[in-house]
Amino acid sequence: MPFEEKMTWVNAVVAVVVPIAYFAIVLGRLGEVSAADIAYQRPLLIAIGASVVLTIVGSILAGIGTGISAELRGRRAADDIDRKDERDVRISRHGDLIGFYVSSVGMVGVLALTMLEYEYFWIASALYLSFVVGTLVASVVKIASYHRGF
Amino acid sequence: MGKPTKVTNRIRALRFAAGEMTQADLADRVGVTRQTIIAIEQGRYSPSLEMAFQIARAFNVPLDDVFDYPKEK
Repeated sequence: MPFEEKMTWVNAVVAVVVPIAYFAIVLGRLGEVSAADIAYQRPLLIAIGASVVLTIVGSILAGIGTGISAELRGRRAADDIDRKDERDVRISRHGDLIGFYVSSVGMVGVLALTMLEYEYFWIASALYLSFVVGTLVASVVKIASYHRGF
Repeated sequence: MGKPTKVTNRIRALRFAAGEMTQADLADRVGVTRQTIIAIEQGRYSPSLEMAFQIARAFNVPLDDVFDYPKEK
């Protein structure tokens, strides 16, 4: 598996795990308080920070794994980690474009919530959801492209 | 995505003719990942013109000896 594909898997896993944890926490509070009173700011900031940290940790682990695998096969670790070719770039662009379209559709929903004067909690959550779904779709498209052809 | 390319190639045959050159060896010579060579060999990816020339140069043959594009009927 190319290093770039490993990084795509890291992004996909982070885009699933962190939002699930965030929404499980904040939506669980909906039964206790109204949407207007939910203290979503701290969990949302933690979720964004956790996504960044987990992506960095994941990329480091992917790098270490790729390096060990390369050394075991008698290759230089840098050959496998640094090598990003035109196919990787094309797949990345294709996935990011599809992810952008998905996020854009989500943004229309966010605009609608804003115009209809929904609570900030719903607007912020919809905005966050748009970003993570866009990231997830981009990752899935990239992984599918690596395996089914591009 | 997933659409097979019309470009066919003889990379596999050329590798064997070149002393059973491995996909990893060819990837190293061209400067791409082994997975990209596999994808090209299997017709799942059409390389850029520049990469196509690099692959042909790795075998010391003209481009036409590596890649073929069928004529329109």
